[in-house]
This record gives sequence, C-alpha cells and structure tokens, in this order.
Amino acid sequence: MGKKMQIALTVNGEAHELLAEPRELLIYVLRERLNLTGPHAGCETSHCGACTVEMNGKSVKSCTVFAAQANGATITTIEGLGSPDSLSVLQQSFREHHGLQCGYCTPGMITRAHRLLQENPDPTEEEVRFGISGNLCRCTGYQNIVKAILAAAATINGAKEAAE
Amino acid sequence: MNDLTPTPQERTAKLKGLGTSRKRVEDARFTQGKGNYVDDIKMPGMLHGDFVRSPYAHARVKSINADAARALPGVIAVLTAADLAPLNLHWMPTLAGDRQMVLADGKVLFQGQEVAFVVATDRYVCADAIELVEVDYEELPVVTDPFKALEPGAPVLREDLAGQTSGAHGARRHHNHIFLWETGDEAATNQVIEAAEVVAEEMIYYHRVHPCPLETCGCVASMDKVNGKLTVFGTFQAPHVVRTVASLLSGIEEHNIRVVSPDIGGGFGNKVGVYPGYVCSIVASIVTGKPVKWIEDRMDNLMATAFARDYWMKGRISATKDGRITGLHCHVTADHGAFDACADPTRFPAGFFHICTGSYDIPVAYVGVDGVYTNKAPGGVAYRCSFRVTEAAYFIERMIEVLAIELGMDAAELRSKNFIRKDQFPYTSALGWEYDSGDYHTAWDKALAAVDYAGLRREQADRVAAFRRGETRKLLGIGLTHFTEIVGAGPVKNCDILGMGMFDSCEIRIHPTGSAIARLGTISQGQGHATTFAQILATEIGLPADSITIEEGDTDTAPYGLGTYGSRSTPVAGAATAMAGRKIRAKAQMIAAWLLEVHDGDLEWDIDRFVVKGAPERFKTMKDIAYAAYHNAIPGIEPGLEAVSYYDPPNMTYPFGAYVCVMEIDVDTGTHEVRQFYALDDCGTRINPMIIEGQVHGGLTEALAIAMGQEIAYDGIGNCKNSTLMDFFLPTAVETPHYTTDHTETPSPHHPIGAKGVGESPNVGGVPAFSNAVHDAFRAFGLRQAHMPHDHWRIWKIANQLGLHG
Amino acid sequence: MSNVLWQHRLGGEQMIAAAFEYHRPAHLKGALGVLAEYGDDARVLAGGHSLIPMMKLRMASVGHLIDLQDIAELKGIRVAGGRVTIGAMTTQHEMIASTELSSAAPVIAEAAVQIADPQVRYMGTLGGNVANGDPGNDMPGLMQCLDATFTLAGPDGTREVAARDFYHSAYVTARGDDEILTRISFAAPKGGYAYEKQKRKIGDYATAACAVQVTMAGGKVTSASIAMTNLSDTPIFSAAAGAALVGTSGDAAAVKAAVTAAVAAINPTGDNRGPAEFKRHVAGIIIGRAIMRALSRA
Repeated sequence: MGKKMQIALTVNGEAHELLAEPRELLIYVLRERLNLTGPHAGCETSHCGACTVEMNGKSVKSCTVFAAQANGATITTIEGLGSPDSLSVLQQSFREHHGLQCGYCTPGMITRAHRLLQENPDPTEEEVRFGISGNLCRCTGYQNIVKAILAAAATINGAKEAAE
Repeated sequence: MNDLTPTPQERTAKLKGLGTSRKRVEDARFTQGKGNYVDDIKMPGMLHGDFVRSPYAHARVKSINADAARALPGVIAVLTAADLAPLNLHWMPTLAGDRQMVLADGKVLFQGQEVAFVVATDRYVCADAIELVEVDYEELPVVTDPFKALEPGAPVLREDLAGQTSGAHGARRHHNHIFLWETGDEAATNQVIEAAEVVAEEMIYYHRVHPCPLETCGCVASMDKVNGKLTVFGTFQAPHVVRTVASLLSGIEEHNIRVVSPDIGGGFGNKVGVYPGYVCSIVASIVTGKPVKWIEDRMDNLMATAFARDYWMKGRISATKDGRITGLHCHVTADHGAFDACADPTRFPAGFFHICTGSYDIPVAYVGVDGVYTNKAPGGVAYRCSFRVTEAAYFIERMIEVLAIELGMDAAELRSKNFIRKDQFPYTSALGWEYDSGDYHTAWDKALAAVDYAGLRREQADRVAAFRRGETRKLLGIGLTHFTEIVGAGPVKNCDILGMGMFDSCEIRIHPTGSAIARLGTISQGQGHATTFAQILATEIGLPADSITIEEGDTDTAPYGLGTYGSRSTPVAGAATAMAGRKIRAKAQMIAAWLLEVHDGDLEWDIDRFVVKGAPERFKTMKDIAYAAYHNAIPGIEPGLEAVSYYDPPNMTYPFGAYVCVMEIDVDTGTHEVRQFYALDDCGTRINPMIIEGQVHGGLTEALAIAMGQEIAYDGIGNCKNSTLMDFFLPTAVETPHYTTDHTETPSPHHPIGAKGVGESPNVGGVPAFSNAVHDAFRAFGLRQAHMPHDHWRIWKIANQLGLHG
Repeated sequence: MSNVLWQHRLGGEQMIAAAFEYHRPAHLKGALGVLAEYGDDARVLAGGHSLIPMMKLRMASVGHLIDLQDIAELKGIRVAGGRVTIGAMTTQHEMIASTELSSAAPVIAEAAVQIADPQVRYMGTLGGNVANGDPGNDMPGLMQCLDATFTLAGPDGTREVAARDFYHSAYVTARGDDEILTRISFAAPKGGYAYEKQKRKIGDYATAACAVQVTMAGGKVTSASIAMTNLSDTPIFSAAAGAALVGTSGDAAAVKAAVTAAVAAINPTGDNRGPAEFKRHVAGIIIGRAIMRALSRA
C-alpha cells in the first residue's frame, strides 16, 4: 500500500477532505468514499464515458484521473445537476424522449450533455453527435439521446428568450 | 356515482394501458444517478475479490505460490482449485450439460481463465496481491481453429474427458468433439438437392462476438452465519435459476438463499450464465463470514465471459430454374471454446437453429451441428437474440442472396416468391416448429414501397455504370432482409434450463385503495418492464398503470421464473401477467355482483369497471371493488384480492420483419456510410410503441457493430486481440446512422394479448441487412460471400480481390 | 491509451496502478528537481490519457509521478512575429477553442478535433501528445509537417530539437530522462492545409493520417510539406513528397508523384486495423486526399 495524502475536493458544492492513496481513481473516490454512485465504471480505459463528471469546468473521464490529480478540484456529478424537486431540463428531456434504457450510461451522458450545452447552447444534430462521442450507449442507438439533447437546448433557449 | 362522465375514451386514456407510449417509470432514478446497480452496493465489512488469470491459452499449471500475496497486509484469503476441491467446487456444471473449471485445475484452456481468487480489504490491495501470486506455467500447443481441433493429431484439450465417448448431447467422435446434433431429414434433403435444377453452395461464417453490456458482470455475496442465510446480489438475467444452482452446488437449502438482481446495466445475454466469479465470491463469503464483492473489469468481461456466435455454417440450397426453393442443407461447425457453456434450453444444444428455414416455405431441410472444443473462452450465449436465432437468420438471409446470384434473379423477388403465405399459418416448418402467425408479403411490399426499391435498383445500376467509366469510386449496396424469429422459450414440454421448465410467472396484489403491486419471475436490464407490464395489467384490471408497481429480481419475494433473455419476457411473463390479471378480474366480478346485487353473469367488463348489462348507470369500478374486497364480508368469497399465474406457453412466438439498408461504400479505403435504414417490425400486439421503437434503435446499433467491425479474434497462440474498447467496436453517436422504423401488426393467436416480443428482432434482422448491403454493393463485380465483420480492411480486401484497385 | 496494447500478452490485469509517490510542483524548476532526484523511477504526467491506462495495466512502472498541471509557465498559446508558441500543457480543447491559433494555424484545430473524444481533449495536451513517442499520436506528424521546434528543459538549461529529428523509434525520442518538453513553436504556416485521417471510429488511432501544408503563387506550388501518422514506428516527414509538388501546378500527375514518394517513405505494420498492404494502400489514398484538400485551400 502506498502513502496516503490529504485530498480536498468540492463536489456538487460541498467541500470534502479525505485521506487517500494518490493512485486511487477519482471514479472510486466519488463512488465509494463520497457515496456518489451516479457515475459508473464501464471500461477503465477512457473509452466509454460512463464515468464522466465535470471537473473544473471540463467533462472528464473519472476512471482516468488519479485522486491526487483531483486534489483542489471543483467537481460536479449527475447528483449535482438536479434534485427530485427540480430536475434539470436535460434530465426531464431524457425521460420525455426515451433517451435511456438500462440507465448505466445515463449519468455520464447527461453530465456530458450538460457541459456541451454550456459551451454550445444551440448545437446542430451533428454537433450533438460529435459532442457526445466520448460516451457509449449500448441500448438506445443514440437516436433518442440526440433528440433529448436537442429538445433540451430548444427548451433552455426558449426559456431564455421568454425571459428577455 | 352514476355519472357517465368521464367518457370511455377518457377512462381508457387514464389507464395508460396497452398501445400507449407511456413514459418510463424507471427513468426518474436513472436520470438522477440513483439507480442501484450491483457495484453500488456497499455492506459493512465488505471485502473485495478478484482473479489471477492465465496469460496463456493452453498451459499446464505446475505450481501456484501465493505466500507473498497472503503475506501482504489487507489480504484475507487466496483461493485456488486445491482449496475448492474438498468442497467439490473447483468445477461447476454448465447450462449445456458440460462442466467448467471454477479455478484452474492442473491446466488452463483459454487466455484469461480464472486461476486463483484473491480476497482483500479493498480493490487496491487486491490488485497488488494479484501481482504477487506466482504461477508456474508450462505452455502447451494451442488450437483456436475448430477445424484443426478435429484433426486426428490435434492436442487434447479436455483431459478430464479422456475416454468419454459420449456427452450430454450424444456421441463424441474425437477428443475435441462435444456433440453432433441433427434435425430434419438428411437423406430426403440430399435427394432433393442432388436432383435440383439449381443449387447454391456456400460457407457462411458468423464470427465470434461479445454482448459487452456497458455494465460488466459482478456480484456481492454475503453469508450471514448467525441465521444461516446466504444473500447474493448480482448481475443475473435469471436470478431464480441462480438460486437453484447455488443451492445445488453449496448444499444450502434453497429457502436460505436469497438472490437479488438489482438494476442491471444491460445484459444482452452476457448475464445469463453462471461464472466462476459468483462461485468464488460465495465460497469466499462462507469462508470469511463477510460480504465479498467481485466486479469484472472490461478486459475480464471481453476475455473470459460469454462470447456469442462463432458458427461456421456450410449451406446448400436448391431451387427450380424459376426460383422456387426446394431444399436446404446446413452443416455447422460450432466453436464452443474450452468448455461447453452455451446458454441453451437443455434439449437444444444448437438452440433454435431450426429457424434457419427463415420466412420461406422450404419443403425439406436438414441441419447438423458439430460442437467443438478450442482454446478460446467458453460461452455461446444468445447475444440479443433467441438461442442461435441470429446465426440461423444470418445463414438463410445470406443463402437467399447467394441463390439469387446463382439464379441471376433479383433477391427481393426471390424472397417474395418463396415466403410462407398468410393462408398457410399456422405453418409447420420442415424442421418441425409451428409458426404461429405471419403476413410476410404485406410487410415486404410495404418495405419495398417505402424505400422505393425499384428506384434504388435503378440508381445502383447507374452507379455501377459510372464506376466502370471511372467517374466515381463509390458503390451503392442495397441490403435486404426478411427475418422470422422464434422466441419466447418456451413450452415446458420441451424447454427447460437445468431441469427447470421455461414457464414464467406473475403474482398480483391489489391494495384496498385501488393500487397494486405485481411481481414477476423476469428481470429488466433496460427493457422497461416496470413500465410495460403495468400497462398490460392496466388494460386487464382497469387500474391506472401509474397505480401499479412492478417488482422483479428478488427471489425472496418474486414468484419463480426463468428470467429475461431470448425475448421471452413479453411472450411468457407478459402472458402470465395478463392471465393473473384475468384471475383478479374473475374474482372482482363476483365481488361486483354481490355489491350490485345481480348475478355475476349479468355483468360485463367495461375498461375499468363491471357494468350491469343493459344498465350502464349501474357499475362498480375496480377501485370500488378493491375496497370492498378488504372491507366487506362477502358470503362465499375470501377477503383480499390477489392472484398468481404460472404460464406455460403453448408455443413459441414468431416475430418477423422486413429491413432495407442502403449503404455507400468507398472502394479505395473500405469505409462505408449507411445512407438509409428502414426497419419494419411485426411483433404482434404493440404494448408501448415508444419502447418498441427504442428497442429497435438499440438492436440495430448492436447489429451495425457486429456486422461492421465487432469481433473477438485470437492470434495463433490464443491471445485475445480485442480485449479493450479501443479494439472491440462499439459505435459512438458519430458512427451510428439514422433509422426509420415502421410496423405491421399480426397478433400471436396463442398469446393472451397477442404480443410476440421485439427486443431482439432488430439484431437478428439488422446483421444480415448490413452485411447484405456490403455484399450487394459488389454483386455486379462478382462477389458471392465475404465473411463479417465488414471493417475497413475486409471491405477493402473484397475490392482488392475483385480487382477494383486497378 | 497505447496504440499497441493488443500486442501484449494479457491476463487478469486489475486496472489499478501500483502505488506511487505524487508530486505537483508549482514551477518547472521543481519538476526538474524531482526528475533529477529519482531518474528512471520518475515520470511526468500531463493529461494522463496515455500514461494512466498504461499504469493501470501495470505496463508502465512509475515510482514518482510528477503532475505538471500547476506549472503556469507550461501553458498558453502565443502568436507573435509570425511565430506560434504553444506551452506543452496546453490542451487539445484549448487549441481548438483558440481563435488566435485557428487563424494563425488552422490545421492544428483540424487535426486536434480528430484526436480521441471530447473528454480526452479536455485533458490531453499538445506536449503529452508529442513527447511520449507513441506512433499513433497525431500531433507528432503534424509538427513535422509544420517544421516545429520542441524546447526541452533539463538540469543544464534548455535546448531545442526539431520535430523532424525528435523521434527515433516507438516511444524512443531525443528527450533525455531528465528533461521535460516545455513548449512547441513553429512559423505560422501560410497557404493551404489539411489533416486527413482514417480511423475505425471515434477514439481510435489512425489507420493512416497525413498532414499537408502548401503554398502557391502564380499557379505554381512554391512550397509543400507532407508528414504522416501511424504508418511507421515514428511519424514520417517526406521531403521527397513535398519536392514532387513544388514547381508544378498541383495537377493530377504531380499529386500522384507526391503520393508515390510519400508512400515509399512509410513502413506500416499490421494490427487490428488491417495488414501492412492495406495500410499502405489506404495511406496513398489519404495522402492524396490531404494534398488535394490543401491545394484547394491554397
């Protein structure tokens, strides 16, 4: 076992400090120490994107980030994107458009889509497909995921226009 | 009370029953990251287990030294075959009547095979300990080719079977031979083919692939030594069968074992079988008295669990000169890997490969399947298909294309000419199964019209001409498929798994205030059972689907069932649900009669209520009746409102469909683009169109992966070449095309609600559609057969061998 | 993730790295100090998407990991005096998003968007991509095309190595074990450009890829630079291919001659993407398309 180090993380707005080996993987720190089991491990080689979380404003695959690298980081997981009383537009849109089946890729997919819409609020279908191409889904064939993200963008943009 | 509003339409709409695109009830937790998958389970004191695996495909294990591993702080135990042997658990029975090493017993037979099981306090220590286990291997000659495995001098793989001249499925004629399974009339078939005007002969290979659900396999086993109860949470597509097997293997009485399938992150057949990880976790928990978690990583998953296909199908099909098919002969060399761990009903070692006569009226046919051992991972599961059905569909849909070439005939016309006609149903095929219903010509004509088939053929001819003139380097392929599946296993008289008949079950409790819970023997892995089974019930019992909870997967509470795979949930458990609902309704009718003071025969069912015939203002809703069942003392009727149904299906169901794939192929680079994909599915009665469409999208994408790049391949010394998602092709949103879905609706006559199942159709039909498109693009240049996967290199190779690179 | 993973004999990898000591220096000097202290046993970590999977597979053994993320002097894009300078820790995502870079050297973004996937591009850096010597990486070939210069800092100060001289064989480069690649610079390219890549899917390395920069004047090609990715155990710059274009009008015969010269310089090996003969053929097609696209933009 290696030496442990103090690691500070702000996750979904909450500050955490924990003692961890540097080699521990962010995905397991989140899942096993902070009990945030939304992000999932799917491939361990950064191909599937099920472990996607947001770290310092970037979508990252938390299976390929050491705990030590995340020290000091601000992280958002699916659990931080909405609450049972106020689901995010994307969460609602995935349900509305049947953008999920087994649900295993869903947290990573929505977390990624969230960042995509932050950076490109009005994407084309092609941009959505390219923007989620780091996230694999085995169930949906992506048709309804793409639909859900485009619909969410339209809803968010519609609400913005209405507010202006 | 006697107000006739809401209207019947409003009452029906409120139920969200059959035919409604009801939104899924599962989604709330999944979209918020609150699913509960097996790796989310955390128990006090839980240990972490994982395997030392073999880097060799065939080797003698001379010694295992785990001293250094055991000495590492945090390591609790290292199990080897020697530790399991006294419990007789170093080997386990497979679903196919063979046996499989749980941990290497003297030798290893495939790369990635389980050699030792390390149990430690956490995953990090466990990983370090695995590196410290020293295994001394002596390499043995490797056989990865099933044809070579059957040669006289081939290395002996299964030394444990030495001298055994017969196995679970009859005679073994060679030390690496497992069985020969035959069906149909070979003599008659040969006679017809030899006398035929036209014969097409071809070897069709359906390569080795893997279901690769995004969640790998795993479990948490927890032996509570105080009350003697074993609980196992795991990725089980058939939890009840797992309980029975666990009881038989461990000697723990079945009532003391609780098996729970929590949320499952996709199965596709990968999670039907029993794996060494389950056995080792259970043993480790019994030994340590603590919960033990074992979760595969992706490499373990791809290298060691449940491959699918690997069927070499040699076909001969005969016809008259004008294209009337007269006979079909098929011999399969089936590569089963190191152990025969196929997940098939006991009496069907090649599953329902009988469906290889497809959608066609073929008078005589024969199939022989030779199962063979090789130094490859065991498995042979039904990856998003009923047992060996996708192999059969691919085989016949390729043979039809080859025959069309032989005849010089359009492949759509050839199909149409040979379809089983609507008036022939129920139709008994040459291989002995009774197709329940179908209307193939209607579906086919609709599909061809939808894509403007004639126009596509004209465009293709123009393209070929332009290519020959040197004006383009792209070819156009039109991939046709008309598939028929055989799903919904199955009738107990001929279908069982480890002796358990393949019925399924539903148990319903109606609560006093008019809501309900129903429990089933199946388990959803993304199919949306909690949504759709509630819809079946809503229509049957007249309570809103939103007021019905569906529960599956906990053997302590759910009725016994054989699980979810082979598109059997809707045909079998769906039928049980409807039948249990009808039992509820029958009792409700008696209660309503008593409440309304009429004879029960004077009542009729109307959406959500019983109405006195001829007096529509006199009725009792199911909600009223539910309350009465718990409130009133009704003479001759027990209190409460519950029912259970165990449904033994009288027959299989036979979904079908017509698919057309239009593909552009770059001759120089071997790349492709799917320009159009049209999928017409007929799954009988449609329960939830939204979910059906979602299933079709997903299945087509898995078919795309299989046809266009996915494979589990081995090099000459048995190294698996595709053990990560870098090299094992799962398409992203960028590689996935658009799909157009369509349907016809031909209900099953024997299913209570006429439903046939749909989850696997798009995979079964999709693979030949994509593959036929590739073949079709090169038909004008002389291509007959090129094996999948059609990745860039292999498409390039077709063009190269046809001399198209100048 | 390594380009050549499948060729290794695998079995039971745990996907958990061996224990290591972690260092996160705030300055380059500190990083060089750790490197000097631990020698072979230390490795620098940029985005980590090549190194971490190798560590998880225990194919890379690292006693001391030096995370460069806090070193400000390794970041940033500067375009000045006709020269582009990019800090080694600049991510692919930052390069794609930089309007300054996109106008000075649009070929960078064209190549960068073809690397891996969005998440990996947020983490993956230019320095990591060029420094580790994986022949599958896209930026080394592109940097050879641009005739970039790599700046290496070591215990005795800094030195510069041309990208075209940097790569010796797979994973073997001109960088010493005690050096850190700090920045990449090149003259802002002029004229037409293209980065053409064939891959099996998003996230894959190239079956064949090619970077081209060309300039034209008066209907004649005045300069041409052509380099290729994943077609040998190093990136391949083909001076002969460029020379075959210069002085021509960029007509079909000239393109064909350039392709022939470029293909003569490669030495692909078979892998899961296909055998060498396939790659050689596809390389010819991809090189031809890259040249044509670059010419069309010149």
